[in-house]
Amino acid sequence: MEVHGSLNLIGYGLSAIGGGIGVGLVFAAYINGVARQPEAQRVLQPIAFLGLALTEALAILGLVFSFVIGA
Amino acid sequence: MPNDGHLQRGNALIALALPAETENGGFHAPGLEDLHLPEILPWGAEYGTGFGKQMLLVLLSIALISWFLVAASRRGAMVPGKFQFLGEYSYSFVRNSVGKDVIGERDFRPFIPLLVSLFFFILVNNLFGSIPLLQLPTTSHVGTAYALAGIVYVFWIGLGIKKHGLRYFKVATVPSGVPKAILPLIVVIEIISTFFVRPITHSLRLFATMLSGHLIIALSAAGSSFLLLEADGLLKPLGLLTLAGGVGMYLFEILIQVLQAYVFVLLTAIYIQGSLAEDH
Repeated sequence: MEVHGSLNLIGYGLSAIGGGIGVGLVFAAYINGVARQPEAQRVLQPIAFLGLALTEALAILGLVFSFVIGA
Repeated sequence: MPNDGHLQRGNALIALALPAETENGGFHAPGLEDLHLPEILPWGAEYGTGFGKQMLLVLLSIALISWFLVAASRRGAMVPGKFQFLGEYSYSFVRNSVGKDVIGERDFRPFIPLLVSLFFFILVNNLFGSIPLLQLPTTSHVGTAYALAGIVYVFWIGLGIKKHGLRYFKVATVPSGVPKAILPLIVVIEIISTFFVRPITHSLRLFATMLSGHLIIALSAAGSSFLLLEADGLLKPLGLLTLAGGVGMYLFEILIQVLQAYVFVLLTAIYIQGSLAEDH
């Protein structure tokens, strides 16, 4: 059986594990915080989404590099 | 060199086999080139400045947003109807939970127009990806994202210089309370992360999520149509699974589109707050 395609995508898949774990940790902490103290939700929400955005940036850089570097 | 000959023969075989496969109506996965639709008015298309579908959608989005905001605020009734409520709710969401909460009660007012117009522009341009017939998020073209993030980049650096003068670059890159020994290292990291990585990730985050979401929907649509129409008997039922997955991704994509507009505006507010802050 022949397989075509770019190895970059496998590398991207591996690198996305890190981003996935990071986003999971951010939202786990956010849900924990809101469950313990529901009135803190307004304060925690921007922090959670900032954490999401910063963590996700790594996965996004991986996606872009998997397209850009080599074919 | 027997190995080389073998390799070359192998490559030639692959090159011969590929076109034959596509001619037989084999599965063609949608790729980046499917997002570059032919231009409508190809002026100077060789420089990449033609008038394409994305530009038409940007103009459409400006008309839609202006119509929506003017129509929603025309009759400022004391008891708002549904339409006025939608306009007021989305405006006050950006004003209060992004502007006021992040920049601070004291000096968030001058930035409301920037934040609200960025939010609506990105939101509508993202949602174009989920509207049938249009089906193309404008922000999945990297030029849109670069332009938006570039405006914000120039804006917050200019704001910091206006507020602190040239001392702003010291405020932005030299954190207080760091031991002298590791200060040079920290300053280099701060310069790279603040002035170089920040605008790149700010634009690529929007672009890459929209692009990948669009590709996932295109892939599930192409995969379902291939499996349902052209695959062998036993594989056909799998088409229903990919179709259901595609619909699920389509709904999930709407959530992502709204979320990315929020994240972009939230980061803009955080950068503005960072340039206004007295210390690092």
